[in-house]
Amino acid sequence: MSMDNLHYLTPLKQTPFHPRVAAANVLNNWGPWAGCTSALTLADEAMEYTAIRNAASVYDLCPMVKYRVQGADAADYLNRLTVRNAGKLPVGSVHYTVWTDDHGQLVDDGTLFRLGPTDYRICCQERHLPWLLDSAYGFDVIIAEETDEIAALSLQGPCSAQVLKASGFDISSLKPFRMATFPFEGGSLMISRTGFTGDLGYELWTDPARALPLWDRLFTEGKPWGIKAIGSTALNLARLEAGFIITNMDFIPAPQAVREDRTRSPLEMGLGWLIDWDKGSFTGRRALKAELDGKTARWTFVGLDIPGNISAEGSLIYAGQKDEAGFITAAAWSPTLKCNIALAHVEKIYLHRDLWVEIYALRELQYVKLMLRATVADRPFFMPARRRATPPGNF
Amino acid sequence: MPSSEILVLGGGTNGLSAAFRLAKAGHRVTVLEAEATVGGAARGWDFAPGFRTPGLAHVLHLMDPRVIKGMGLKLDLTPLPSIALAASGDHLTFGGTFGSTLTGVSDAESKAWADLRAKLLRFAGVLAPMKQMAPPRLASGAGNETLKLLKLALKMRLLGADDFRELLRVLLINIWDALEDELTDPRLKGLVAFDTTLGTWLGPRSPNSLILLLNRLAGEVDGNQAALALPKGGMEAVAQAMTTAAGAAGVIIRAGAKVARILIENDRAVGVLLDTGEELRASQVVSALNPKTTLLSLVGPRLLDNGLVTRLRHQKSRGAAAKLHLALTGLPDFRGADLKARLVIAPSSNAVESAFNPVKYGEVPSAPVMEILLLSLHDPALAPPGHHVLSAIVQYAPHAPKAGEDAARAQMLEACLTQLETFAPGIRAQVAHAELLMPYDIEARFGMQGGNWHHGELSVEQMLFLRPLAELAQYRTPIDGLWLAGAGSHPGGGISGAAGWNAAEALLKAGKA
Repeated sequence: MSMDNLHYLTPLKQTPFHPRVAAANVLNNWGPWAGCTSALTLADEAMEYTAIRNAASVYDLCPMVKYRVQGADAADYLNRLTVRNAGKLPVGSVHYTVWTDDHGQLVDDGTLFRLGPTDYRICCQERHLPWLLDSAYGFDVIIAEETDEIAALSLQGPCSAQVLKASGFDISSLKPFRMATFPFEGGSLMISRTGFTGDLGYELWTDPARALPLWDRLFTEGKPWGIKAIGSTALNLARLEAGFIITNMDFIPAPQAVREDRTRSPLEMGLGWLIDWDKGSFTGRRALKAELDGKTARWTFVGLDIPGNISAEGSLIYAGQKDEAGFITAAAWSPTLKCNIALAHVEKIYLHRDLWVEIYALRELQYVKLMLRATVADRPFFMPARRRATPPGNF
Repeated sequence: MPSSEILVLGGGTNGLSAAFRLAKAGHRVTVLEAEATVGGAARGWDFAPGFRTPGLAHVLHLMDPRVIKGMGLKLDLTPLPSIALAASGDHLTFGGTFGSTLTGVSDAESKAWADLRAKLLRFAGVLAPMKQMAPPRLASGAGNETLKLLKLALKMRLLGADDFRELLRVLLINIWDALEDELTDPRLKGLVAFDTTLGTWLGPRSPNSLILLLNRLAGEVDGNQAALALPKGGMEAVAQAMTTAAGAAGVIIRAGAKVARILIENDRAVGVLLDTGEELRASQVVSALNPKTTLLSLVGPRLLDNGLVTRLRHQKSRGAAAKLHLALTGLPDFRGADLKARLVIAPSSNAVESAFNPVKYGEVPSAPVMEILLLSLHDPALAPPGHHVLSAIVQYAPHAPKAGEDAARAQMLEACLTQLETFAPGIRAQVAHAELLMPYDIEARFGMQGGNWHHGELSVEQMLFLRPLAELAQYRTPIDGLWLAGAGSHPGGGISGAAGWNAAEALLKAGKA
């Protein structure tokens, strides 16, 4: 039997950075992510979070699903697939976008990289190859999944730019949502000023053979800035402060939803601003237009500020402490903001009533029920000026 | 530039019925037909010098009474008995309407047949009104024809508990089992199995085949349920009568006008572009063409949602019925069978199933089954004096043959002639010219995707509110002002005009709303 047939023995794949992440993962704390082994907390969640907000953090991004879209019709194809105008995206730029099914219900969100005039990359949470291939009918494009062909790291934190400079990559003129390519170890390294922390940060893309040299260069040169490997738990806290959503944590992708009322439209998720109504037809446009014109959206997605410091994760929300009005999909005490924040789905009809969050607080094996008055807060909860400053600040 | 309020694409029977209905309601209607003559599957042609076939379709059995009455069609109809041919000459005559008279079987078999026949007709009769309405939708405010649906439900309820239970039992079973349960005569079982699966991509043993027999029996000719008839002058005479009626109602018919694209502005159909570059504007476009052709080619996938496009691409449209035309130098002898009847070669239900097996693998059956009409006996003008035209629908022919199109056609023709020779010795020597249209030939000539005569397989998962797809079943498309009116929509194909009429009704109803 060839080794190719023994994949079931290791149901989770190891990423090209695994040797380094494993060495740092003193808690041996792993979770699955898109079929890969991914670290949850390496050593100390608080210190990892602190690296994101006060130093430089490194997160292994390899499991993120990546698709390449190439061909003469690539821009037209992406305009039909996604709600935003991919034709307007300049070469060398990145934008956040979402795509929906025929009913205008979210399939996934992700970032779209324009690598060339007819060359794009989609990065997203879930796998969609059949949907992407079906969408290619009638378009001159080639679609390929390239998740395994790219080694990606997220370098985030106020000192991330300094780490890159020290590592030999001059990104001082790189603006947010732009990318640049540098020679690296006989190959190349693409650096985009993107991230999932709401802070100054970059994502680094190279081929798997150069993964470990990249990691080693960053950690060697970044030592003076306290560079630290982090796991998903710390990142999740940072993304919540930034108000970012995660597919399958904050909404159920339409193709996976079993219950009819679980899907959400971009309008219901506060993503209506992405939709380009003037670019022409795209999948879901008719349904979304009808939803907009008919004001039929049932849900709205909001940030909440909750008294106290007990996380309201998974809590139900009540209007007037009585009528069930929604639920919370992400919540935490924010160390930076010193606030108890949450992301929540709230039925529109209850939005302007008094909202109460029911929290079951576990206190020494015993749940204590709290009913706390929440207020709707602006998202993002946290957006420092350093996130967008160009050239980046010298921290 | 000529302009028209409504453009109807396709001058087949559905296009003509839709155009007539809309013109009667006061609209200015133009029918655009790509071919030189209208009629679609009901248009005739000379298949050999001096020999003519009056249509791809050759038996009338589903003509919508609303169309006949509404258009005032005067059709001179000859009822057609069927004969289940036996190679031995021991034929079975299946006379009246759907074998109301049966000769050549035992008394016990006659009795068993009478019971089964009555049951099938009863069930088909209950379902028949479905054909004359837009399929219902499961949604609030869907604009369903509630009264008609209630009547239908009442009719079903009035069957009584036992019959209603029996209807539900047989509705989704296969015809082979039902025939095995009730009958013994292989000729009779072969004939009914053949009638059930005619024009489908199903064998008698395929799941859900029985419902197709009910669909067939729900049709009527001249008020006679399940009757078969031959119109004088053949199917082209039906098309001619419809064309005349449409013309009288003010419909303008443009033959030789091939639509290259449906023009869409701001998500609304505003006309068409002909292949000559001519633009025709209209406020509504009604396509009686194939739904895949209409949406995937004439509209194009870019203006449609991906899910819809994918489902439409995957909608099954495999054709397995070939059409055989023989120019004969004399009258053949089917061992004494009445040549004015509809002759069926389907010696047993197993023979039908066996003929279906090879096409699943893109191969040609060695013993095809067929229905044969000697049309020149009814209309001598179709052939030179002393000569004859044999028209046969032959099953099953592969739509995508492994051997290649020309080789498969030659193989199929040989198999047909061999089969015919078995039942009518000497017929091969009488063949002066043969034309065999395989499913891919039919696709090329008549625009039926996959060569499927229904413009999309008629099977339970593609019937009624699932035809051609759930989101297209009410004749509307996602493009405002663009409607589907062809056989690809409910209730499907056959020379009927029902889909076109239903589509016109849906359009008129939407206009009132």
